[in-house]
Amino acid sequence: MPKGITASNDFVIKFANVNGSGSASANELFARAILRIGVPVATRNIFPSNIQGLPTWFEVRVSGKGWLGRRGGVDMMVAMNPQTWDKDVASIDAGGYLFYDSSKPMPESKFRADLNIIGMPLTEICNRTYSDPRQRQLFKNIIYVGALASLLNIDLAVIEQLIRDQYGAKQQLLDSNIKAVHMGHDYAEANLNGMCALDVVKSDGVGDRIFINGNDAAALGCVYGGATVAAWYPITPSTSVAEAFMKHCRKLRVDPDSKKNKFAIIQSEDEISAIGSVIGAGWNGARAFTATSGPGISLMQEFLGLAYFAEIPAVIFDVQRGGPSTGMPTRTQQADLLLCAYASHGDTKHVLLFPEDPRELFEMAAQSFDLAERLQTPIFVMEDLDIGMNDWLCKPLAWDDSRAYDRGKLMSADDLDSGKTFGRYLDVDGDAIPYRTLPGTHPTKGAYFTRGTSRDRFAKYSEEGAVYADNMQRLVRKFETAKKLVPAPVRRNAKEKTRYGVIYFGSTSAAMEEALAALETKGLHLDTLRLRAFPFSDDVIEFVNAHDQVFLIEQNRDAQMRMLLVNECAIDPARFISILHYDGAPITARFITGAIAERLNVNMKSKEAAE
Amino acid sequence: MTYLAKPKFHHPDLPKNALGFTHRDYEGSISTLCAGCGHDSISSAVIQACFELNIEPHRLAKLSGIGCSSKTPDYFLGQSHGFNSVHGRMPSVLTGANLANKEMIYLGVSGDGDSASIGLGQFIHCIRRGVNMLYITENNGVYGLTKGQFSATADRGSKSKAGGTNNDSALDLVGMALQVGATFVARSFSGDKKQVVPLIMAGLSHPGPSFIDIISPCVAFNNHAGSTKSFDYVREHNEAVNRLDFMSPRAPITVEYEPGTVAAVTLHDGSELKLAKLHPDYDPYDRINAMTYMQNRAAAGEVVTGLIYMDPQARDMHAGLNTVDAPLNRLSEKELCPGSAALEKINASLR
Repeated sequence: MPKGITASNDFVIKFANVNGSGSASANELFARAILRIGVPVATRNIFPSNIQGLPTWFEVRVSGKGWLGRRGGVDMMVAMNPQTWDKDVASIDAGGYLFYDSSKPMPESKFRADLNIIGMPLTEICNRTYSDPRQRQLFKNIIYVGALASLLNIDLAVIEQLIRDQYGAKQQLLDSNIKAVHMGHDYAEANLNGMCALDVVKSDGVGDRIFINGNDAAALGCVYGGATVAAWYPITPSTSVAEAFMKHCRKLRVDPDSKKNKFAIIQSEDEISAIGSVIGAGWNGARAFTATSGPGISLMQEFLGLAYFAEIPAVIFDVQRGGPSTGMPTRTQQADLLLCAYASHGDTKHVLLFPEDPRELFEMAAQSFDLAERLQTPIFVMEDLDIGMNDWLCKPLAWDDSRAYDRGKLMSADDLDSGKTFGRYLDVDGDAIPYRTLPGTHPTKGAYFTRGTSRDRFAKYSEEGAVYADNMQRLVRKFETAKKLVPAPVRRNAKEKTRYGVIYFGSTSAAMEEALAALETKGLHLDTLRLRAFPFSDDVIEFVNAHDQVFLIEQNRDAQMRMLLVNECAIDPARFISILHYDGAPITARFITGAIAERLNVNMKSKEAAE
Repeated sequence: MTYLAKPKFHHPDLPKNALGFTHRDYEGSISTLCAGCGHDSISSAVIQACFELNIEPHRLAKLSGIGCSSKTPDYFLGQSHGFNSVHGRMPSVLTGANLANKEMIYLGVSGDGDSASIGLGQFIHCIRRGVNMLYITENNGVYGLTKGQFSATADRGSKSKAGGTNNDSALDLVGMALQVGATFVARSFSGDKKQVVPLIMAGLSHPGPSFIDIISPCVAFNNHAGSTKSFDYVREHNEAVNRLDFMSPRAPITVEYEPGTVAAVTLHDGSELKLAKLHPDYDPYDRINAMTYMQNRAAAGEVVTGLIYMDPQARDMHAGLNTVDAPLNRLSEKELCPGSAALEKINASLR
C-alpha cells in the first residue's frame, strides 16, 4: 500500500451515492457526529435535478481550524455509486483512501496504485442480515457510517446519542439503527484496523455554534421579522424557504387560544401570481414575501417594475442557481445580480442584500421587511444554493426583544383628521420617501388610486412630461436615501500596508477567509471589503480609490458585480481584476488563493523588470 | 367628455342611504371612456349597488388589470382605495390584498382581454382558491384600447368592424367559473340595469368567490351588424332565467317583477334575495345542472343571463387557511415575533 495521507481534524471525505437511496440522512449523521466531538465541519450536498437513481455526492470537510468554505480535493472517497466510479476514483488525491463495497470482485484496472483501498462487503453483510430489499438498501448506509467511525476513530457513543436524539420514542427504528451502526463498526474493528491514517480528535472548536441551512434561517428571519403573507411557486433551490416558513409558523405562529393561524401561505399558480399576491398584501399593509430562483425572477419582471414605480413594499428571496435558462438548477451561482438590480422595463433600480451565511441571512431576512416598508419598494435577499441548501456551522441566531418593527411612513386616521396634507407621492421630509395610507384607514380622507401609469404628487393621473420626470427624479433620490439604510460594507485592513484590495460578497466569504490566511503565509497582504448591499455606499468608492488594484471575486461568468460597481460608482474598470468561478460548485479557497497569487506574482515580476 | 369638469355641488334633497351618504359620495372621477360605452353603465350600477348596500366607501377596495374595463374603477367610489395593476394580473394582487385584510370588501374589475387571454390562469386560480370577492368582467369581445382586435370571448364566425371573421372558438368565462368552484355566478347585460344592480349587490354580499360576466358592448369597435356582442344582438338573444331583487336589511329596493314564481333566500348577513324565476325549471342552486343548461342554451344561440348559480353556504380562502379573526395587517410584533427565548430553543435543537 502507498503511504497514506496522514491528517488529524483536517481532511475532506466525499460520499458518492445514488439519490433516493437514503444516503442523505446517514451522511448527515456522520457530519453531525464530528460536530458533537467539537470539530468544525463544512458539508456540501451536490445533487442532481432528479428524485431517484442519479448520482449525488455529499462532501464533508473536517477542519479543526474552522475553515468553512469548500477546500477542493478529496482525501477519502466513500464510493457507493458504480455509475460514477471512474470519475470518483480519479478525483481522490494521491495517497488518499478509497472506501468501497467489495461484495463483488472488481478488476484491478478499476483501482489506482497510488491509493489506499479499503474494501468492505457491505451488500453481502446486508443481504445476510436483512430480508427486506428496502432495509438492505437503507441500512447499508448506516453500516458504512459505523465502519467510518472505526476507521476515523470517532466515538461510537456520540453516534448512538445522535440516533437517540433523532428517533426518540420510536423504539424499533432506534434499535435497528443502533444495531446497524454497531455491525459496521465491529466489522471494521476486526478487518480494517490500521488501514486509515485520517482521524478525528476531540476538540473545542465548535463552541455554541449551530448547524443550519440558509433557507431554514431565512424562513426563521421571516417569522421574526413579522411576515404574515407568503406566496410562492415551487422551484429549486428556493422551495425549502417556503416549506420551512410553514414548518416554523405551525410551531410559532398559531394562536394558543383560538388555534388559528397568524400567517397565510399560498402556493401560487406561477411566480407571476406569487409576486402579484406579495404586492397586493404589501399594498394592504401586511409584511409579505416570496421565495424563488432566477427563472422566477425573470417571470416577475413586469410586476417588479410596478412595485418600484407604485412604491409598494415587497420582499423577494432569490436563491441563485446556475443559469441561464434552466441551466444547472441544482448547482450554485451568483449570477442574478444584474437581473435583480435592474429588474423590469424602463428605468428601475432595486435594493439587494448579500448575506454571507445562514446567520446573516436570518438577520437580513428580518431586516428586509423593515427596509421594504421604510423604503416602500421591493427588497431582494440574494441567497445562493450553497447558503440556501447546505448546512453551515455559524454563530447562534440572536434576537433583541426590545426591537420594534419599522412600519415606515404610514398616515393614520388621526394624522388625516389633524389636517396634515396627504400626497401619496409628495416628498414631505426631504428623504424622497412619501407617506402612504392603507386601504380602510379613514372614511373620507386619504383614499387614492394606485397605478403603474404616471401621476402627479397627489396620485392624480398625468401624462405631463414634467410631472413624470419629477417623480422619476424623486425615485432616484429615494435610492440615495437607501444607501444610508442598507447594511454597510465590512472593511478589514491587512496586517501590512498594501496597494491591493479584494472585494467579495455572499457565500464567497467562507472561502475568502481561508484564502486570505493562505495568502498571508505567502507574504501577500490584501485589504478586504465585503459588500452587504446594493446600492453601494460611498465607502465602496473610497475603498477602490485607496488601492491600485482591487480583486473582485464573483461566482458568475460575466463579472456582474464589477459591471454594477463600474456603472453605479463611475469607477475606472481597469482598477478591477476579476476572479470568476462559475462551474456550479461553490468557490474554493484553493481557487481564490491560486488566482490571486498568480496575478500578484506576475505583477511583482513585471514591476521588478521595469525597475 | 373629459373636458367637462364635474360639478361638486348637489341638490340638498338628494336621497341619502342609512349611512347618510348620497349617490354622489359613491362617484369617482369623470369617465374618459367613449360616449355610450357599456362600461359606464356598469360603473353607475356599481355606484347604485354600493349606495343601496350602505357600504362605507373606505371599507371597499377596488382592483383592476389593464384595458378599458380596468380603467373604470377610477370612475366610481372615489373614496375607496383602488389599484390599477398589471395586465391580466389583478386576481393575484386582489388575492394578496385579501390575505392581508379579510375584513374589507374586494371588487375586482376586469375585461375579456384581461381575464380570458393574458390573465386566464389568474382568473381561474383566484376563483379555485376561494377568494372572497366580487369579480366582474366587462365583456365586449374586443380589445378596445388597442382599437378593435378580437378577444378570446368573441364568438366563432362573428365579424370585426374592419370586416374580418373570427375563426377561433370563444372562451366561456361563466362555464369556467362554474367548473373551478365559484360559489356565486351570474351573467348580465350592461344595457339592463334592473338586472345588473341587484346582481352586483348580491355578489358583493356573497361570502366567497363571486363572478359576474357582464356583456358590455363596445360602441367604438364592436357594435355593428355581424357582432355577437352588440347592443342589438344581445337584446335580441338575451334569455334571462330569473330576476333578482336584493333586499338589504335596512334599505330594500324594489324591482318590477315579470310574472313568475318568486323565491326568497335569506343570506348569512340577514339580507334577503328574492328570485323571480322566469324559467320555472331552472334551479340556480344546482351547479352541475347549471353547467349543462348553459351549454345547451349557448348551443341554441341564446345569451343566458341572471343568477346562474349560488351556494348560500359558501366559505372562503381564509376558512381553508384557518387565519385568525383579526386582519393579518393589524398584528403587531407582540403577536408576530416569538422572541429570544423561543429562538434559543431553536438554536439548541441545531447543535
